Amino acid sequence: MPRETVYNAKIERIQILDEDGNFDAKLGKGLLTNEQVVNAYEQMTICRHLDEIAFKLQRSGRMGTYPQNKGQEANPMGSAMAMVKGKDWVIPCYRENIAMHLHGLPYHYILLHWMGDERGNQIPKGVNMAPLSVPIGTHMLHATGIAWSMKLRKEKDRAVITYFGDGATSEGDFHGAMNFASTLQVPVIFFCQNNQWAISVPREEQMNSPTVAQKALAYEMPTVQVDGNDLFAVYKATKEARERAIKGGGPSFIEGVTYRLGDHTTADDARRYRDQAELDAWLAKDPLIRTRKYLEKQGAWDDKKQAKLDERAQKIVTEIVRAAEGIEAPKTNDFFDHMFAELPEALRRQRDTMRTSSLGQDPSQIGLQGRSAPETVEAGR
Amino acid sequence: MTTAYTPELTEIKDAIHPALGKVEIPDFVSESELPSRDGDRVIQYREALREAMTEEMRRDERVFLIGEEVAEYNGAYKVSQGMLDEFGPKRIIDSPISENGFAGMCIGAAMMGLRPIVEFMSWSFSLVAADQILNNAPKMLYMSGGQWGCPIVFRGNDGAGGQLGSTHSWCVEGMFANVPGLKMVIPSNPYDAKGLLKTAIRDPDPVFFLESERMLGDKAHVPEEEYFIPFGRARVCREGDDITLISWGRPVHFCMEAAEKLAGDGIECDVLDMRSVRPLDIDSVIESVKKTNRIVVVDQSWPFGSVASEAIAQICERCFDWLDHEPVRVNTIDVPTPYAKNLEAAYLPNAERILEAVRAVVSE
Repeated sequence: MPRETVYNAKIERIQILDEDGNFDAKLGKGLLTNEQVVNAYEQMTICRHLDEIAFKLQRSGRMGTYPQNKGQEANPMGSAMAMVKGKDWVIPCYRENIAMHLHGLPYHYILLHWMGDERGNQIPKGVNMAPLSVPIGTHMLHATGIAWSMKLRKEKDRAVITYFGDGATSEGDFHGAMNFASTLQVPVIFFCQNNQWAISVPREEQMNSPTVAQKALAYEMPTVQVDGNDLFAVYKATKEARERAIKGGGPSFIEGVTYRLGDHTTADDARRYRDQAELDAWLAKDPLIRTRKYLEKQGAWDDKKQAKLDERAQKIVTEIVRAAEGIEAPKTNDFFDHMFAELPEALRRQRDTMRTSSLGQDPSQIGLQGRSAPETVEAGR
Repeated sequence: MTTAYTPELTEIKDAIHPALGKVEIPDFVSESELPSRDGDRVIQYREALREAMTEEMRRDERVFLIGEEVAEYNGAYKVSQGMLDEFGPKRIIDSPISENGFAGMCIGAAMMGLRPIVEFMSWSFSLVAADQILNNAPKMLYMSGGQWGCPIVFRGNDGAGGQLGSTHSWCVEGMFANVPGLKMVIPSNPYDAKGLLKTAIRDPDPVFFLESERMLGDKAHVPEEEYFIPFGRARVCREGDDITLISWGRPVHFCMEAAEKLAGDGIECDVLDMRSVRPLDIDSVIESVKKTNRIVVVDQSWPFGSVASEAIAQICERCFDWLDHEPVRVNTIDVPTPYAKNLEAAYLPNAERILEAVRAVVSE
């Protein structure tokens, strides 16, 4: 036979809860209890409040550049719920505040990071998470390496989830990570938050493929597209991927289709390149609205509860900001602390004098005997 | 969630370097206490590297080797010959051709406490992994606020390998040594190669270990007993009072060749092999310059912003008044590495060019 089909493929899409709050009872049967959904809705709401405050903090000069999570909360929420805290590892990009919080990172650490303090990346002991990653895609390889070390050490019942955007799938790191994960069959879940935009470049200019999920086919990896604003679909897909991973089934790929309702970061203004009509259409698909509609239909939510939640969220967020701003600003001495396991002599001299020249560092220098080092400079936040 | 936000930590505590607790940092001895360099256990540079890796892998099961062709093929340059047989495919790992991929993945493995040795067939190929090896590994500890170190060794051939053409002959030290957070080691002989590589594997920070294809076949006595050479300690290869000659890696041999010829003319050189450039043992250089009052720095990378430039800047800062002649650099010529045999030889900081520089410096 001169020509035959040697590979057939299809991409499935999962949606359980649509934008009107309609629920697919068959697909979603027994997936999440009302209590779990209420909890998830509350978490997403708190995250949204934090997002709004973070934006204002940046605008008032109290914080550096910040990437809003707005509109994408169901992706990290549903997927983080499907992973096991304290056991699995979360390797985030930078739009997964909820996932980081749910797996043990205090929210004020995240703010501290965006306030420009590396100590916000000082993941507390027992929290299985890497610092959030901003260079685009580089952390996907670290996630693969972490999953690989689990496999090498025969650590059963653990998996890794890593997040990235649609734009990151153009990076070599993405393809390297996918190839290694697949050839080594390690327990890692690649979760693409397809939010349609890589700063100002729309998805269709980023790639010619109609789905991101199909990129995983090249690596013979189980792959699925889900409605990323649908908490249930995201949870279901991640749960299945995790089960596969811990049973030795190797890596999986999930494309969570969502939309970046905010700007890329506070340094961006999406109105300059994005149609208002497109934004409006997606505002209607907001995961918070949809989850609330579901809960109201279930009789598990009402305006009174919403008012109470908003009030509580405001209080919580205020405390988060207070905690982050309450941390004493780092001193210039501090930036020498985490350069090496032990401070090398040349750096010690720089620390003691705050000079990169040798002035004052070598006592035998002519004319410098007795000259003392300058006072260490205190940095203000 | 029913409670208000109750942060467990309102104060950031000092982090502990995660790798440190599990690292057995060797007790370094002085140069004179190291095993003798003289003896009849003569092996090749590549074998010395293999011994270092093998000894450390026998001792510590967290150590593994990954790279292109390192397993079945026994290494593109046979450095890992026989290691697959001893350690099996789980610890001697043939990688897909994806330098950025395996470098990044091993950073993840190192964050989890494994201790990868990453072989680049050539450091020229590490350029495609630059984001991982420069933008991630050396910053991991810093950017995680001290939470994750990166105990990893990147090793491979550096510099002109003998008619490999410009894209395969990179000398990366000039460019990479600029980056804070990494250590860079460039051994010039089999004895040092073994002692330094063992130290590199034990080191809790990322180490860039630069070998040379042109030296892999070099032979010397390498002791059987275990020894470690610390980073940042230069070795005096030859003593003299007239001029200080410093270098690292392969050009150390060019310096020794030049010094031998100069001795015939009555010019005695103090030759220092720096062994590591990050950290750089500038104190030993200063000490020598205060004795000889003259210095030539030999470096097989391009002159602009090179390690030689840095060494000379520090010499000027710290012992300007001891100098009887301006310091002189001998680098490779500032062009891509030529393909032609004669041009490549002329391009390198060879003994001829060193002789010329030294004669100029001592004549005034």
